[in-house]
Amino acid sequence: MTQLAPTKPRYRRRFLQVNWTYVWMLPMAMAMVIPLVYTVSFAFKPLEELFLFPPPLFPKSPTTDNFQQLVLATSSMTVPFSRNIFNTVVTSVAVMVGTVLIGSLAAYPLAKYPLWGKNFVFAVVISALMFSPEVTQIPRYLIVNELGMIDTFGALIIPNLALPLGLFLMKQFMEGVPSELLEASRIDGASELRIFGQIMMPLTRPAWATLAIFSFIPTWNDYFTPLIFTRSESMKTLTLAMQTIGSGATTVARYGAVFAAAFLVLLPPVVLFIFMQRRVLDTMAYSGIKS
Amino acid sequence: MDQLQERWRSEGRWQMIGYAFMAPYLLLFLIFVVGPVVSAIYLSFTYFNILEAPRWIGWTNYRSLLVDDEIFLIAIGNTLSFAFITGPVSFVASFLLAWLLNRMRFRTLYVLAYYTPSIGSAIAASFVWRILLSGDRYGTLNNALISTGILDEPIQFLAEQSYIMPAIIVVSLWMSLGTGFLVFLAGLQTVPKELYEAGKVDGIPNPWVELVKITLPIMRPQLLFGTVISIVNSFAVFQVAVALVGFPSPLYAGHVIITHLYDYAFVRFEMGYASAIAVLLFAFTFMLGRVSVRLLSSDD
Repeated sequence: MTQLAPTKPRYRRRFLQVNWTYVWMLPMAMAMVIPLVYTVSFAFKPLEELFLFPPPLFPKSPTTDNFQQLVLATSSMTVPFSRNIFNTVVTSVAVMVGTVLIGSLAAYPLAKYPLWGKNFVFAVVISALMFSPEVTQIPRYLIVNELGMIDTFGALIIPNLALPLGLFLMKQFMEGVPSELLEASRIDGASELRIFGQIMMPLTRPAWATLAIFSFIPTWNDYFTPLIFTRSESMKTLTLAMQTIGSGATTVARYGAVFAAAFLVLLPPVVLFIFMQRRVLDTMAYSGIKS
Repeated sequence: MDQLQERWRSEGRWQMIGYAFMAPYLLLFLIFVVGPVVSAIYLSFTYFNILEAPRWIGWTNYRSLLVDDEIFLIAIGNTLSFAFITGPVSFVASFLLAWLLNRMRFRTLYVLAYYTPSIGSAIAASFVWRILLSGDRYGTLNNALISTGILDEPIQFLAEQSYIMPAIIVVSLWMSLGTGFLVFLAGLQTVPKELYEAGKVDGIPNPWVELVKITLPIMRPQLLFGTVISIVNSFAVFQVAVALVGFPSPLYAGHVIITHLYDYAFVRFEMGYASAIAVLLFAFTFMLGRVSVRLLSSDD
């Protein structure tokens, strides 16, 4: 408030100073975006435009033909493409909800209780950040197999719920919630579950919004888990189905259909991130590892 | 005495409620993370084909992996060359871009442009890259290079042995400004403005010195997080490789550790052997992770 006056001229100078960064960072930003723009534009290009060269960035006469082609191309498969979409949506949403719920529940006492062994628990979880889930895939497969869950939604959802990143982010963020707030409710006689639901969760919304994204997007895009845990066509997810359509993309008509599918797969994560961007950045500020 | 008992009782209550809250997570974590790591270590010393019970064979799997399995050595070579390029390049690029963006006022569109490739499916994105890098006349890059006279004949970027890893690296780098980039971007916003003010007073001459003297030390926790993530990601390369050049790739030129693991575990069902691959990968990334914690961790 007091520094309003002196900040103004300095800010303008700084702005002028960094102005050139806007210019020279533009080509790189364009380079990053071009493959995505092509994917979108191929999805909406009519057949005769697909093989123009060099490929124009935007379609001249956009059409949804490719999406119809996609439906046609997949109608000859044993299950319709909509079934693959359904599988991916159910799996991703379930993993997202489950991860947020289980992760927040576990993070609350870790952040706020004088718990025995909590440093140990946290250290073990941090260690799990240091290897990729693929490493545990073989015993996971054996366990899932033993539980009779192969080729069910359970196999795609349950093993992915205890996300180390989830507990980590929620704990870091919850530590920032003032303990006095919790104490006040305790004196008012609120139960711990109620404090969690009515104080902790509303106050940590940016954190679980972030966690929602970080669990939804990798599950949506996951290839390895469904590849191993599904057998039947009717349990295949979008990425698996797309790989099948893509490998059969020898005919010209298929070519457009592949990009229509790619567009459908790329859209939800991107839209989700655009909407949540602010919250994600707020949360990630808490994500440093101190040890 | 009474007081002590009372305190113990209330302490005990915290433990009970606390662990009740953590129970679902801990249970799943034990079953699907800790348990698998431990049993992978056990299985790596056995011959196990799922049908029969695992049979203890000692170090045999490791010996055959490291001495006899030439394809595994190719996979290690490919993964290492991938990791040692992609890891550092994407780490530095993530940080520098985040740092530059942090100095800009209108950055939302730039953030989206840099970050979006990393949240798209590797499979979906591979289709457009297969066209961009295609070896036939539709290949955008080849066409551009030929029409500008740099090349006479198209290069088979996705089929010729020496170009396959570079192609995988390029596409992975394109997709690599992910979580680390976001962590840096967010972390930079938490550096107290007063420190920069103080730095100016102390006569810090330019933004680069400011970066080294003020920003980097404060950002240590975030840098550590970014390092760990980039190590794990670079050794877990699989999706991009399979999506781009298929499995198995021509002459194993795109064969990486996880591809090898997948091959032995879920194609040949040699689970013991595949577990040894998993354990080696685990040990390696874990060790690198610990080393970076040691090097970068702050004292508080």
